[in-house]
Amino acid sequence: MSVALPETGHYVPVQTRSERFRSVNHAEFPEVTGREVDWKFTPVDRLRALIDGELDGSPYEVTHPEVAGTWVGWVDRDDARIGTAGIPEDRASANAYGTFQRALHIAIEQDAAAPLTVTRDSLGTGPRAGHVLITAAPRSKGLVVLDSRGDAQLAENVELLVGEGADLTVVSVQEWAEDGIHLASHFARVERDARLKHIVVSLGGSIVRVNPAAHLAGQGAEAELLGLYFADAGQHLEQQVYVNHDAPQTVSRVTYKGALNGEGAHTVWIGDVLIGRAAVGTDSYEQNRNLVLSEGTRADSIPNLEIETGDIAGAGHASATGRFDDEHLFYLQARGIPEDEARRLVVLGFLIEVVQRIGEPELEARLTSALEAELEAAR
Amino acid sequence: MSTLEIKDLKVSIETDQGTKHILKGVDLTINEGEIHAVMGPNGSGKSTLAYTIAGHPRYTVEGGSITFDGQDVLAMSVDERARAGLFLAMQYPVEIPGVTVTNFLRTAKTAIDGEAPAIRGWATSVKEAMANLRMDPEFAARNVNEGFSGGEKKRHEILQLELLKPKFAVLDETDSGLDVDALKVVSEGVNRAHQTTGLGILLITHYTRILRYIQPDFVHVFVDGKVAEEGGRELADRLEDEGYDRYLTGTATQA
Repeated sequence: MSVALPETGHYVPVQTRSERFRSVNHAEFPEVTGREVDWKFTPVDRLRALIDGELDGSPYEVTHPEVAGTWVGWVDRDDARIGTAGIPEDRASANAYGTFQRALHIAIEQDAAAPLTVTRDSLGTGPRAGHVLITAAPRSKGLVVLDSRGDAQLAENVELLVGEGADLTVVSVQEWAEDGIHLASHFARVERDARLKHIVVSLGGSIVRVNPAAHLAGQGAEAELLGLYFADAGQHLEQQVYVNHDAPQTVSRVTYKGALNGEGAHTVWIGDVLIGRAAVGTDSYEQNRNLVLSEGTRADSIPNLEIETGDIAGAGHASATGRFDDEHLFYLQARGIPEDEARRLVVLGFLIEVVQRIGEPELEARLTSALEAELEAAR
Repeated sequence: MSTLEIKDLKVSIETDQGTKHILKGVDLTINEGEIHAVMGPNGSGKSTLAYTIAGHPRYTVEGGSITFDGQDVLAMSVDERARAGLFLAMQYPVEIPGVTVTNFLRTAKTAIDGEAPAIRGWATSVKEAMANLRMDPEFAARNVNEGFSGGEKKRHEILQLELLKPKFAVLDETDSGLDVDALKVVSEGVNRAHQTTGLGILLITHYTRILRYIQPDFVHVFVDGKVAEEGGRELADRLEDEGYDRYLTGTATQA
């Protein structure tokens, strides 16, 4: 499987996201220099082991409760569904794709009786490859939390197949240990009248890069892509989001919010939206907002919108990076709330807006506490 | 008895066109329990007075004083003023993403009282106060001012006035943008707070309409950053008939 092979010897980066080179074969990607459009903000020199090194592709330990209507287990790498949501668009992703032995399959087979949290917390420090397949059967409804903690040096691909009329929420939580390194490409294929809510929460780890792509393949498909990140000193948190509107009357909303605190805290958000020729009546909006809490931080934020049809319902984007809104502080202080407490409320509120949209009270409470701890540490 | 005393207050703001002098020597004394109406045309400095009392950083005090029971208000931070017992009901309350009304009210009450309110009693008070202001109970779970209509924002301001129980409240054009029904509800809230706590009120308004529901003891007419005329309730009636033209012509002639 490969698309648009680059000419041998000299790689010319394509400007159009839909024409970006794709392959399951690591060797077909040119060597990563760090100047490529999808690597230029990433500290590639600290990622050589994952981009080019030998990876351990064996299954790892996961824990999860038994939830009626769901199934969790390992499937063979030649499972027919693998590769149908998407295939690698970068060399690290292809390295993982070529190495994983079995895929972790999380299935919503019918309406899930409860939220399903799948935890992996013992990946170890050696470089690993992984593959996760999340499927939602037609007209099923479910919420999956992929909960990642502990040590990690992981490159992986995550495929999401959202069947016709299904309603799937996936929360990918990265609370890795301080030295954790994680490169993930998420590929979602959303069928007719299906709905995907996808939430990336990156709080812990040294380098965490989660790139979600949603292919709205069927008429009336909807995707809500949310993200939340808090970068501390020296931490690199990145997300490259891609929405491909490929069918009529599809809807997407992308909202990523982040905070940065401490010397060398670096966040990257790139939001690509493509409205293809078939996607008449599309309604799309993407936004990224970053709150800067100290000196010495860097937030890169780049929205891109490509429109190939004239007949759309709406398309827009917004990006803003800044400090506190003084009017928010004034309002809270005018009610007696001391300045440092007012700041804490404003930052927490800014981020919690995303948490409030998860729709799972237990996880919402846990993430709120995690954010409170981040803020406490930032004081 | 508490007294808020404003003496020869001069205030400016920085604009793109340079420093703009807005208040040009304001004197006002309000005792606890009194209701004062400050009226005047647009641009006369009414809102500047409100924000200066509350301590908004945009306004620079160039002279004069504000004291509250002898304490220097101008030396206090915004939150210290609120904890001392001053309250500003804002004309344009801002939306605060991710902070629920419930969380906000409890945090403010705790800050002002210096201790957390008793859980059960507090929940009941909030519920009652909301019912009195005809606010839907589901507002408690919404984020502060987010998606509130103009009228809902004003009710939320008066809700805070009733729950935080300040000694002095400045109401900055609380009547603007309200229909008659909402105006009545909001005015009842102000009167209720006045009767229960005996607070002093500085009611800033462009129109006399709200004064049919909230009876002022004193009326001050602001023109060009100064008090141009003072009197009792009858002055408001006169303004209703004659408008502000009389004062504006006066300034024009002087200039």
